[in-house]
Amino acid sequence: MAEANALLNNPAGTISEQELIAQVQRGQNELFYELVRPYERRVYAAALAILRNEADAEDVAQEAMLKALANIRQFRAEARFSTWLIQITVNEALMRRRRGRNAIMEGIDDHRDEEGEYTPRDFADWREIPSEALERKEVRQKLAQALATLDRKYREVFVLRDMEQLNIQETAEALGISIASVKTRLLRARLMLRDLLARGWEQGWFSRLPFEKGTKPW
Amino acid sequence: MVNPEAVNCEQVWREISNYLEGDVDAGLRAAMDTHFRTCARCKSVLEGTSNVVRLYGDERMIEVPAGFGRRLERRLARSRRVRSNWATWSSWMIPVAAMLLMAGGLKVASSRTVPHPLLSAHAQPAHGIPPDMAVVVSSGAKEFHVVGCEFIHNKDKERTLTAREAEREGYVPCVRCMRKYLETASAGKIALDSEADAVADAGEERVPGGR
Repeated sequence: MAEANALLNNPAGTISEQELIAQVQRGQNELFYELVRPYERRVYAAALAILRNEADAEDVAQEAMLKALANIRQFRAEARFSTWLIQITVNEALMRRRRGRNAIMEGIDDHRDEEGEYTPRDFADWREIPSEALERKEVRQKLAQALATLDRKYREVFVLRDMEQLNIQETAEALGISIASVKTRLLRARLMLRDLLARGWEQGWFSRLPFEKGTKPW
Repeated sequence: MVNPEAVNCEQVWREISNYLEGDVDAGLRAAMDTHFRTCARCKSVLEGTSNVVRLYGDERMIEVPAGFGRRLERRLARSRRVRSNWATWSSWMIPVAAMLLMAGGLKVASSRTVPHPLLSAHAQPAHGIPPDMAVVVSSGAKEFHVVGCEFIHNKDKERTLTAREAEREGYVPCVRCMRKYLETASAGKIALDSEADAVADAGEERVPGGR
């Protein structure tokens, strides 16, 4: 216990993730939150991408963390811990959705053709959008809204690959689909979001100041 | 090798995601790079798509509800307490239970008159029955009854005792007479009804997965 407290109170955060995992695997469960804290946001986002309901996503995120704790001894060091957590979360979320009332509707959506080519629509002259744009809440909200308009199968792949940073194979494994499907869906998701962002680009979402387009705030 | 001249816009759009992934071979990459230098439309698609990947990949794009971390930490702590309580409880309770079972076994071996702790596998201990109420049991049966119940078997071997004693000996309430008794016993009929239902339900076969 003293050892655990010493670890928890270590302000320099010098314990490696590997060491933390080993401690928890040896039974120091009180260290588990320290271990998962860096990933809690990603775990929530993964659950939300699948469930689209904040309350369910939070509950599933918590359930997934409890499950991860219960199975921590099965974690093998050759895997990335964050990926392992997210895969558990995706699995929990998919199970929750299957049990939910929308399972039939979601199933119909899943079988739609995805092989058709997607043609980009907007060819405005782009430049790099600075990441500082994300400091503005309305920009983040617009991006989140654009993402929410995607069909489930595109949204899930996009979130796991581009937001959760799983690789293509891990994304395929987490969702139980083929690598080819991941690539096809990812391409389409990125192109669709690009078109949606292009609209925002024209509407000035990414301007540094809201009155840059000529409208004065007073 | 892909001939740079042969890559048209449609092919570029089809491969643009793989290009961003670094998942195209050197020939195709070179062909696409050449294409981007000369085609403003495809350059626009590339830059827009790069923006998408970069912006959505930013940590700030993930927003969690206020208090999310605190609630997660609390739930983890709660589960630890439950586990720890169980561990503490089981660490002494299991040996104690084992000793009790052994002692019980010895006693059963020495005296055949002591019944099994739970005579009916389907029943649960009764609730709502006054502990000092006089009830009737008969040897070889599993239930205790209101005096005069017509469902008492082996009437010649019946004996009277209190409900508390009957329960202690492992007898469970008769679903017929005890239910009727509980229903009419007091003004709190509705409350007792649910108890009696529970008693009646306890006598039924449980469906796997049922509530």
